[in-house]
Amino acid sequence: MKILVCVTSVPDTTTKIAFTDNNTKLNKAGVAFITGPYDDYALARAVELKEKLGASVTVLNVGEADAEPVIRKCLAIGADDAFRVNAEPTDSYFVAEQIAAIAKENNYDLILMGRESIDYNGGQVHGIVGEMLGIPSISPVMLLDIEGDVAKITREIEGGKEELEAKLPLVLGCQEPIAEWKIPNMRGIMTARTKPLRVVEPVGTDKLTAVGSYELPAPRGAVKMIKADEAETLIQLLRTEAKVI
Amino acid sequence: MSVLIFVELDEGKLKKSSQEAIFYGAKVAGMLGTSATAVVVGQADDTELASAGRFGATKVLHAADAKLNEPNGMAYATVVAAAAQQESSKVVVLAKSSLADAMTARLAGKLKAGLAANVIELPDLSNGFRVKSSIYTGKAFAYNDLKADVKILAIKKNTITPEETDATATVDAFSPALNDSDFSITVKKTEKATGDVLLPEADLVVSAGRGLKGPENWGIVEELAKALGAATACSKPVSDLDWRPHHEHVGQTGIKVSPNLYIAAGISGAIQHLAGVNSSKVIVVINKDPEAPFFKSADYGIVGDVFEVLPRLTKAVQAL
Ligand SMILES: Cc1cc2nc3c(=O)[nH]c(=O)nc-3n(C[C@H](O)[C@H](O)[C@H](O)COP(=O)(O)OP(=O)(O)OC[C@H]3O[C@@H](n4cnc5c(N)ncnc54)[C@H](O)[C@@H]3O)c2cc1C
Repeated sequence: MKILVCVTSVPDTTTKIAFTDNNTKLNKAGVAFITGPYDDYALARAVELKEKLGASVTVLNVGEADAEPVIRKCLAIGADDAFRVNAEPTDSYFVAEQIAAIAKENNYDLILMGRESIDYNGGQVHGIVGEMLGIPSISPVMLLDIEGDVAKITREIEGGKEELEAKLPLVLGCQEPIAEWKIPNMRGIMTARTKPLRVVEPVGTDKLTAVGSYELPAPRGAVKMIKADEAETLIQLLRTEAKVI
Repeated sequence: MSVLIFVELDEGKLKKSSQEAIFYGAKVAGMLGTSATAVVVGQADDTELASAGRFGATKVLHAADAKLNEPNGMAYATVVAAAAQQESSKVVVLAKSSLADAMTARLAGKLKAGLAANVIELPDLSNGFRVKSSIYTGKAFAYNDLKADVKILAIKKNTITPEETDATATVDAFSPALNDSDFSITVKKTEKATGDVLLPEADLVVSAGRGLKGPENWGIVEELAKALGAATACSKPVSDLDWRPHHEHVGQTGIKVSPNLYIAAGISGAIQHLAGVNSSKVIVVINKDPEAPFFKSADYGIVGDVFEVLPRLTKAVQAL
């Protein structure tokens, strides 16, 4: 079985976001970049399936050279090889097109990725890839098992969950608790250095969207404190002042 | 060239977030000098469908093929793409949801559309087509220029407050050709909480964290939620510990909510938690630790023990 895991390189979840250049660029100064937390789940499950079923795991990132440490970490965790499509991942359609192009050439049985990236939170790439390849897409996937050529999946829905079955090939957007995040060990880190990382140029399309500028939310006003032994006052304030109940 | 709005049903009724989407779509249609058409998939009676008119749609396309009764993002995308083609729609509007997410992406692929997710304002058409969206899990906003011929806008809850009229929409049966391949995923079992307020749809949310000490104490959270008609939510450790189901976990790696009121009880306010809730209109924090970071992001705060404060709040709501 051949598994492709698509990963993003995103600011660490504790990052306070700031912009530069007249609010047109993310201020990367002091920002640690990590694998998207949801992508970490996808990778962890892929490595488990490899151990269980004997699959190969290829990692793919659409990103510039500064994303390579994130890719190497995925190799250290257990992926066998990697692609980096050398382009700034600005738009979900564009990213999906790059993934679909590589998938078409290499015939993966399973394409796993996070349910969404934590930068743009689009949550769209898996579905667009599925459409481009003409195969089913399912997200957000909480549990995944493979039996022969059938995937058994539990997906989260609003207010509950759903058990599904579908034949491979499939594209899945993953989230917890599909697997426990894996931390690279020393041996993994050493071998990651020698694993193949191919850099390929993007297939061309016009970008369908572009971000003109960014903005930060206005700070909230000062908090109004209410004494615990006058807690009832809160309900009055929510009704008369905030007018939300 | 009408603006097309995908409308989701919940037990045969137009979902509240979809009512917002219709109102939003009708506003965009007004800006573009055209009309708003809603496309509804699944079983609903004509009176309910015609009520899309109250929020500004003039026409409803109703796809009622029994094969579509189960929510299915792939098949729904086929239906909406066919509707967009029939109506020559260049703008498609829908409300963010679990089903909509699955559908939007397939639809974007089919229509080669420029897509903005988590849209939070009406578009600015003064110079192209620009929409504001929430990014970095609510920590920032982006102004997106949609350059493609077809544009899809997935709007966040509470982006717009619908004003209702007593207009009704005409309802046309719509039966586009469906693809067999759209039905290649088999649903074996569905488990869905019934009777509760759905978290992503909720205007009011009562959320609790590790400060509640254990699942056996959730009664006081549920009672306040019930009194308010609110949905319940929780922090990530709470769902990791299986005190609450995963679909209640809000934050960076959970559900993102933007209700009118978010009450956080016994939650510290870690940046990852805040990220998923900071676009709530009003935030109330109850924590026994006056230094809890959440107070910095709150509108109202109570330093106190949740086990004392929550029951008092419930009583006060019941007395209203
Ligand atoms: C990659 C990543 C992603 C994450 N994503 C999320 C996410 O999506 N959502 C999320 O919530 N977290 C997320 N987290 C975890 C986050 O960092 C915090 O650990 C978590 O939010 C803490 O949950 P908590 O506030 O319930 O628990 P705690 O941090 O343990 O805080 C409990 C609070 O309850 C208060 N308390 C205790 N007893 C009482 C009492 N009797 N009365 C009143 N107050 C009391 C305490 O003072 C304390 O402030 C993520 C972390 C990482 C690393």
